[in-house]
Formats: sequence, structure tokens, C-alpha cells
Amino acid sequence: MPWIDACATDDIDEEDLIRFDHEDRTFAIYHSPDGDYFCTDGLCTHEHVHLEDGLVMEYEIECPKHNATFDYRTGEAKRAPACVNLNTYKTKVEGGRVLIEV
Amino acid sequence: MAKRDYSLLGPNARHAVETGLAAAEWYHTDIPRAQMKELMKRSDQPAIRDTILLFASMIGLAGIGIAFWSSWWSAPFWLAYGVLYGSAMDSRWHECSHGTAFKTRHYNDWLYQIASFCMVRNPVSWRWSHARHHTDTIIVGRDPEIVAMRPPALFRIAVNFLGIFDAYDGWKRMLYNASGRIHPEEADYIPEQEQPKVIRVARIWVAIYAATIALALAMGSILPLMVIGLPRLYGAWHHVLTGVMQHAGLADNVTDHRLNSRTVYINPVSRFIYWNMNYHVEHHMFPMVPYHRLPDLHAAIKHDLPAANTSMWQAYREILPILRRQLAYEDVFLKRDLPPTAKPYREDFHAAALGAAAE
Repeated sequence: MPWIDACATDDIDEEDLIRFDHEDRTFAIYHSPDGDYFCTDGLCTHEHVHLEDGLVMEYEIECPKHNATFDYRTGEAKRAPACVNLNTYKTKVEGGRVLIEV
Repeated sequence: MAKRDYSLLGPNARHAVETGLAAAEWYHTDIPRAQMKELMKRSDQPAIRDTILLFASMIGLAGIGIAFWSSWWSAPFWLAYGVLYGSAMDSRWHECSHGTAFKTRHYNDWLYQIASFCMVRNPVSWRWSHARHHTDTIIVGRDPEIVAMRPPALFRIAVNFLGIFDAYDGWKRMLYNASGRIHPEEADYIPEQEQPKVIRVARIWVAIYAATIALALAMGSILPLMVIGLPRLYGAWHHVLTGVMQHAGLADNVTDHRLNSRTVYINPVSRFIYWNMNYHVEHHMFPMVPYHRLPDLHAAIKHDLPAANTSMWQAYREILPILRRQLAYEDVFLKRDLPPTAKPYREDFHAAALGAAAE
């Protein structure tokens, strides 16, 4: 699968996320507290609200609408009302850019 | 508009889905991301302090009530205990269902389980019901938590100040679920894999109530029920008093919380009992902000909201005439003015719903 240039590493604050749209898909890219980058689908699996306005706490993202929570490293749904895991995508950093494999 | 059908399986429910009113995009006041992150930040400390105060008060008041039992001197202590059991637990149930009260998740979960039991709200069913209330706030046929339907059932609301219908419905549903069944309306919003949990909790609760009733029979006294069960009735009035204010008399079938929710300034004791849910427009617009930061959120966005009601008294002076008029003409509602600093309501977007605003 191709690697897509998504953003600069300093576009995302530590312990935060940004939205990244590519073609007809939308993603969430996270900057973890220990400096790593992760990528998941952008929409919550509960009611498809975008996670971009959610709260990142350590390694979890909380949906801004119903507080469903996911581990953004694995996509695992950790708290209702989410019951379905998020899809995750590989990331790598090259030359100050975050690339995602989609 | 034709007569409203609030059933979750009825024609209004289907209409809301077909027209895109269900699960729609809602209006939000613009607020910088950095500021919002700061407001959403979780903390254990305020809720630990409040929870210690709550449980210490409950133990103390119930203890004095038991010590003075069966003298009339015990009455004020039971009334105060009842408000904490039958009303403060409503707001604890609510805040913990969002997971925002504490930073530590299992603290939220513990208090949520206790508060759900006190309020006779199955913690699994009601988590999903409340998620729907936030998705489709006051959307007819979609929102399962509308208190003042149109035309308003004023008798039911009044009797509920003593918790009669709510508690009866809760206990009836508990027995229904304990028998191994899920109501068809519950099945509409609870995923299948969650449904066995509903039944398991209902059975545990039946066992607790059975033990309490058995103790009361053995003692030949209602005293055990004064501690567990009955305070859901004699202490309910405060949560109904504050809960009715949240949306009553305002618009339905709109996608802007400024049109269907109400913020009211209330006294500090009521704010402790209600855990700041008087900032209700703010809570609906940004449900991730913990209760203890809602006053700050209010300060940050009030330029974009209708003016808050100045007291419960003033709010009810606004609400009751509208509810009375809705008895005769259910389309009437109150549309509040926005300050000049606010972004205007999307009249074009809400044109179908915004028919007959009260002058």
C-alpha cells in the first residue's frame, strides 16, 4: 500500500490529534506523549462523529459527542458507547513529515 | 405540525431519519482548540471532594434519621437524605455516564453504578438512552429522554416531583429486564452485545431490593426502605425541579442547542446537588467539558448564547405560561433572542420546525 505524506511533525501538539483528509477518506493522526505518531480512521465507530475535536489523554482518544474512548495505538474500543474498534494505519516520520500507509 | 408521536418506533422517528434530522450536524460556538483542550482536561480532585462530602452527608443524615426514628424529629433529616439520594444521584448518574466527573475511569464507573441504582435507571440501558439524547436532543421520535412532551403532561410532571411515575417505570422495567427480556424500544438503541448486561444488572438489583424488603418485614418497620428505595420518591423533587428547566417550552426538531436548551443561574446548594447542569446549553454543545469547568465554559461562550435565566423562579415564570399554551396549541414554543455578538440562528435550516414561536 502507498505511503501518503499527511502533515509536518510539528503540525500536531504532543498529546493531541489533527484531521487528515485524503481522497474520499478521513483520518485522525495523533502525537503521543512519548513523541510517536499514530493514525486511525477519523470517524468514531459509534455514530460517525469526527474525532478531530476529541480529547487525547495519554494513549486514548475520546469522541467529542458521546465520550466513546479508543486506544489510538491499537484502535481498541475502550468505553461505551463504542463497541467496534477503529481501523489503524502504519505511520513513519521522514524529514520532519508524518507519512501514513493507506 | 401534526400531532407529535414520541414513540421511538413510530412515524415521527421514521420521518426524522428520512429527513436527516436524526444524527445531524449541530451548531457549535467557535472556540479555539487550545482553550477547548484546557476546558476538557480531566481531574479527580473536584469530584473526589464532592463525593466524599456527598456520602459523608448521606451517612450522617441517615444515621440521625435512624437514631430519631420513629419520632417526627427524624423527618428533616430524612428529607435532606432523600434529596441527596433521589436528586443528587441524578446528576452523579448523568456526569458519570459521560465519564467526565473523574479523570480515573473506574472512579466514574463506581459512582455511576451506585447513582444508577439510587435513581432506578439501568446503567447499561440508560447509558445508551442518554447517548441518543445527545445525538438527537429533543428530536421527536428519536430522543428517549424528553420530559415535557407536547402537549405537556402536566399532571405527570407534577406527580413526578414525588418520583411516582419515574420510579414506578424504573422498578417495572427492572422486573421486566430481570425476567430476561429487553423492551423493543430499548432494543432500538442498545446494541445486541450489550443487552445481556442489562439483564444481569436488573437481577442484582432485584436481589438488593428483596433483601431490603425482607429486612423490613423481619423488623416489622419500613425503616430499611427509608434508607434504600423510598428516598427515590420523597427526595426526587429537586432533580425534577432542575430537570424540567433544561428544555421545557423551547423548540423541538432543531439542530442548535441555543434553541432547545436553557442555562439558568441557580443557588450554590442547588449547584452542588445538580453538579452545575444548570449550564445546560454549554453541556449539550460541549459534553466533554467536566461539570466543574462549566462555569468557565459559560464565561467563554455566553456572547454567542441567549441570556441565561437569572433564577429558577424567573425560569419557571418563563416556562409555565408556554406549557399552559401548549395544552391548547402544541406548536407554540419560546424562541429566545440572541445578543448582537452571537451568530444568528440558521432560520433557513430550521424553517420546518420553527413555526409558531411565542411572542
